[in-house]
Amino acid sequence: MVRQYLDFEKPIADIHEQIESLRASGAAPGTHDKELERLTKKAHSLEVDIYGKLSPWQQTQLARHPERPSMLDYVEKFVEGFLELHGDRAYRDDPAIVGGIGRIGTREVVIIGNQKGRTLKTRVIRNFGMANPEGYRKALRLMHMAERFKKPVVCFVDTPGAYPGMGAEERGQSEAIARNLMEMGRLKVPIVVVIIGEGGSGGALAVGVGDRILMLENSVYSVISPEGCAAILWKDGTKTATAAEALKVTAKDLLALKVIDEILPEPLGGGHHDVTQMSTTIRTAIVRHLDQLEKMSEKERTEARYQKFRAMGVYEG
Amino acid sequence: MSWFRQKLRKITASGEDRTEIPEGFWLKCNGCKEIIYRKEVDANSKICPKCNYHFPISVDERVGLICDPHTFKAWGGELKSKDPLVFKDSVRYRDRVKKAQKKTGRNDVMVCGDAAICGRPVVLGIMDFEFMGGSMGSVVGELVTRAAERALKKRVPLILFSASGGARMQEGILSLMQMAKTSVAIARLRENGVPYISVLTDPTFGGVAASFSMLGDVNIAEPGALIGFAGPRVIEQTIKQSLPEGFQRSEFLLEHGMVDMIVDRKTLRDTLGRLVAFFGSTAVAAGH
Ligand SMILES: [Zn+2]
Repeated sequence: MVRQYLDFEKPIADIHEQIESLRASGAAPGTHDKELERLTKKAHSLEVDIYGKLSPWQQTQLARHPERPSMLDYVEKFVEGFLELHGDRAYRDDPAIVGGIGRIGTREVVIIGNQKGRTLKTRVIRNFGMANPEGYRKALRLMHMAERFKKPVVCFVDTPGAYPGMGAEERGQSEAIARNLMEMGRLKVPIVVVIIGEGGSGGALAVGVGDRILMLENSVYSVISPEGCAAILWKDGTKTATAAEALKVTAKDLLALKVIDEILPEPLGGGHHDVTQMSTTIRTAIVRHLDQLEKMSEKERTEARYQKFRAMGVYEG
Repeated sequence: MSWFRQKLRKITASGEDRTEIPEGFWLKCNGCKEIIYRKEVDANSKICPKCNYHFPISVDERVGLICDPHTFKAWGGELKSKDPLVFKDSVRYRDRVKKAQKKTGRNDVMVCGDAAICGRPVVLGIMDFEFMGGSMGSVVGELVTRAAERALKKRVPLILFSASGGARMQEGILSLMQMAKTSVAIARLRENGVPYISVLTDPTFGGVAASFSMLGDVNIAEPGALIGFAGPRVIEQTIKQSLPEGFQRSEFLLEHGMVDMIVDRKTLRDTLGRLVAFFGSTAVAAGH
């Protein structure tokens, strides 16, 4: 697959292009070794430089990168015996949310996550990861199943938001999201949430309430997209970078605001540069947190979850 | 379509464009467009005598219509926003808040209090749309949570009136988290059998609709209120067509099973009284 570069990755792309053309030049082996070594070093130092100081808007672009690993990529990497379970038992199966059972290590878990689609065709089928009410209701059905059989729940968040369509309103998008927030608040089994890409507002939160909220280094999580915020508050849809900065959408920001518990480091340039390494990091963190959470009693855990969300917010008086 | 556009403007985040009842003897009804005598509307619970359009009413008027006389005791009014993101667009968030405080005479959106309805104690919360479009930030989230905790402690019904454009963007992710915070607080009421009645008024959208306001044991809507997750304009832009007449109105929500009933402002007190009596009797039977 041809690597896709974001606009701010242009300097890196240029050097990679030079390397490619040298390799394709047909010269005798070894002819360009020195030059290739120099260019490779240069590319690396550029990467360290560029990825080391990404702006919030650049990070948003990285979080939405078409090659960014999705929930299903991680499932393939570290979930054994995965079986997808479909449907909300009321209306339809929503492909924008994937749910199922699987093993992480020795532990049987219920896995739920937004799925944007990995090809153009599946992106359309999955509505670009924007769920309808039946998606959230499927998620809730599976969480209740997890509770009945005392299995922990692992959620992967990656969505631009809940779908703003006519059918979604008719079938109660508000109610579906609200109910998930309420039910996830009181679910008796452990819930670990991992924000793996884009945490788009209520559509993300509806599968994002848990005992632990982990966030990949280059993921973003926001009440509104930078585009939407720019259009409403700046009345200028091009002010996305300014809005992204003002909204404080990065993992570092969210850790400082005490909204998330831990940042999971990504390979240089993002998870898609080394999916295996990224998967190991995520898997290790999930296991560690589930180990901790399972040591708590049901009562301790739900009380701690209540207090965790109870404490969110900043006000005076 | 023009009335719809007009309505659309009402639900933008700032709320500054909201059509208000102009001063003077006469006013124009947003429903039937008739010119009506203001006193007639005032005497009719701010309802148009010709078409039953429910004009926006102030929090104080709401208290007067719902509560037994002199029973409303406000609390929590001292809470203020702290601008955690130091947010600034064309205007600083701090200044927006100050302006809204000056305009409304209160610190933030949510007005909470203990009250009695038809002789029974309740915890009451009412959102003031005039304060930054009723947007939910940390203060709204905290007050809804305190109201729920208070209702739980006293074992009395919680009644919340919502009117909101959604989450308060200027508080970023913290405003989103208020959806979780308030919903988790409502979960506690459910687990402990303490009733919660949600009254959705015009307009209720976004983060407020998609959290505590949809979670009542009973959901009541005022006639003609616009209620939804996504704003009509966002939906129209997404689906690239205009929305049908009556879309996202209370009657639409009733038809689609999202609210239990639509209750006229004039009979709302009696309806709330009936519900509170019903819930009160079950609590007694359960030995609480
Ligand atoms: Zn009228």
